[in-house]
Amino acid sequence: MIGELLPILLLQGGYNTTIVCIGAAMLGAASGMAGSFALLRKRAMVSDAISHATLPGVCLGFIAALWFIGAGRSLPFILAGAALSAMAGVVLVDLVRRSDRLGEDSAIAVVLSTFYGLGMVLLSYIQTLPTAGQAGLEGMLLGATAGMLRFEAEMIAIAALVLLVVTILLFKELGLVCFDPEFARAGGWPVRLLDLLIMSLVTGVVVIGLKTVGLVLIVALLVIPPAAALYWSRRLAPMVFTAALIAAAGAYVGAAISASAPDLPTGPVIVLTLAALFVFSLLFAPKRGLVVAMIALVRHRMTIAERQGLLALATRRSVSQPLSRVLLLRRGWMDAAGNATTGGLSQARLVQRDQALWDRYLLDYPEDAFACREWSMRFIEEVLPGDLVAELDRRTVEASLRTGGV
Amino acid sequence: MAGIDGIDFLQLDMPAILLAVLAAVACAIPGNFLVLRRQSLLGDAISHVVLPGIVIGFLLSGTTSTWPMLLGAGAAAIVAVALIELVRRLSGLESGAVMGIVFTSMFAAGVLILERSEARNVHIDVQHALYGNIEGTVWLEPASIRDLLDPAILATTPGEIARLAVVVLVIAVLVVAFFKELRITTFDPGLAATLGFSPGLVSAGLVLLAALAAVAAFDAVGSILVIAMFVCPPAIARHLTDHLAMQVVLSVVAAVAAALSGYVLAAFVPLWLGYGHAFNVAGAMAVTAGLMLAVVMLFAPRYGWLARRLAGSRSAGVAGSPGTVAD
Repeated sequence: MIGELLPILLLQGGYNTTIVCIGAAMLGAASGMAGSFALLRKRAMVSDAISHATLPGVCLGFIAALWFIGAGRSLPFILAGAALSAMAGVVLVDLVRRSDRLGEDSAIAVVLSTFYGLGMVLLSYIQTLPTAGQAGLEGMLLGATAGMLRFEAEMIAIAALVLLVVTILLFKELGLVCFDPEFARAGGWPVRLLDLLIMSLVTGVVVIGLKTVGLVLIVALLVIPPAAALYWSRRLAPMVFTAALIAAAGAYVGAAISASAPDLPTGPVIVLTLAALFVFSLLFAPKRGLVVAMIALVRHRMTIAERQGLLALATRRSVSQPLSRVLLLRRGWMDAAGNATTGGLSQARLVQRDQALWDRYLLDYPEDAFACREWSMRFIEEVLPGDLVAELDRRTVEASLRTGGV
Repeated sequence: MAGIDGIDFLQLDMPAILLAVLAAVACAIPGNFLVLRRQSLLGDAISHVVLPGIVIGFLLSGTTSTWPMLLGAGAAAIVAVALIELVRRLSGLESGAVMGIVFTSMFAAGVLILERSEARNVHIDVQHALYGNIEGTVWLEPASIRDLLDPAILATTPGEIARLAVVVLVIAVLVVAFFKELRITTFDPGLAATLGFSPGLVSAGLVLLAALAAVAAFDAVGSILVIAMFVCPPAIARHLTDHLAMQVVLSVVAAVAAALSGYVLAAFVPLWLGYGHAFNVAGAMAVTAGLMLAVVMLFAPRYGWLARRLAGSRSAGVAGSPGTVAD
């Protein structure tokens, strides 16, 4: 399988496979962008309703093609039907959502199940028809690129490219709605129309992706990449382009893996590739990833423990906290019996003086001290300006003289 | 009524109808609380992850018998709910998006395992999980209506019907027993917490109840009808009443009505119209449930579109008419 995967990834896997992979990458890029806007508008799951709502259209397109050209398995007919019934689904979700008795989640579930149910009824009708070629419809559920015709692969790639270009051209308008809908409304932008536009782009992704990813799983291509991208950036343009990159990479690699071996349906492989990218982002993103957060947390705990241990040494109390003991022992500031070494004692005095200054800071400038995230985490000279530290030092000495004098 | 005679109805149609009605009721009851808590998509998520569950259940047990698969499905539902909660807390994303991430990933894994393992050679397939097999339920023992009162024949009730009947009973009893807790945690979690009810615990219990309903029902009626019955009957009832207890009762009525009319539409109407084949029953039930909701949204007495339009124009007329300004 690996031996076959490499040439496909390098676009040496034959004309059809190459077009399928490139088409998948462009579909991914478009869906990463459209999905980002949908996620930022908190309407990511509407895409689940949209994708399931394509099924009756797929069936009606099949039946129409059967009437007009005599063969049901015609991609243009099927995709046109899918687009029409998906748009009907979008409008219905919007209508149900606007009645205040139900939330958008219910609207999504209602449209999803009703449309899909209608699709099931139509499918059972198609199965009673005396024509062959119904296998093409089952590929729409989970994506099947294996038996794709050359013209189908080209059509999907071109449609995905068009969708990608349209999304890039509309970037500013769509970004405005996501970034600040109130501002956009006040500025005279037709927010509802732009929302509808976002959902139309999502519909475009769903329809074009039917053959590649399949209608059950296409929602993943729209939701997972933007969710992963949020770990890499919270600014609009970088986030949207990161999502496009992740989705394109996932779809490209997924389509290639699927083409490298039999029994690997394209949709599930793409979704699992995307899921792996999401988990990677969740764990290893530089600023918001879990690993970085865990390391920061451990460092924080260690700093506090070390400081408390040193303060205990300075006042000749025993170091009780286990973590503090370990840290002080390892630094050589404390011997096994729990007594301070010479180096430890001088370090403890430094920290003791530093803590006194931090305490003074807290007493005299409580608001600033509370706002200061590094309060008592580093030496005060490293955080506050020199003249302020000198002033705190003077006041500390004064205060100790005063208490000493009484 | 061509094509439908008494014995066919008793042995083929009645078990199918019974199965569908029980599945609809099992889902509709917990669905009321999911709809009110804005958690409708949970039904969507649970019913999708059932597929990896049955595949794993099959691979571990090596049989296609019911219990390993149901246990697998139940375990998958619990894993999915736990994962959703975990990812939601770790990521801070909205719960809908997190559900989308988790259930699509699990469903994709299920399909892949299915395609790559020997499970594809037996009768498990994606379509079965999505569409169910209401039409496949037969009960050949009763030969006449009177047989339905015979204990010996009742003991031969098909397993899926008996199982769903027990599940409906369990769900009904639990919802009645914990009605107060469910109501207060649904409408005012803050107040519930101060009164000593644990909203988290009730929430988890509700999710388990929903998972139980989904797992018991999907095998018979398929994922899509499960999703429809979680949402449509409660949504219909919510347009007809403001009282929670009444809403639950009405949702059960709506679920039964949708199941019955869907069956008639798919199984009998094509035959009456002279078309030789019946249509997909589960799909038709989902459609009738959606259509019933559409009718209620338009014409419900108080919350329907028409009633609101009338009320709106009446109050507008009162405000605008010169006579009312006099005193």
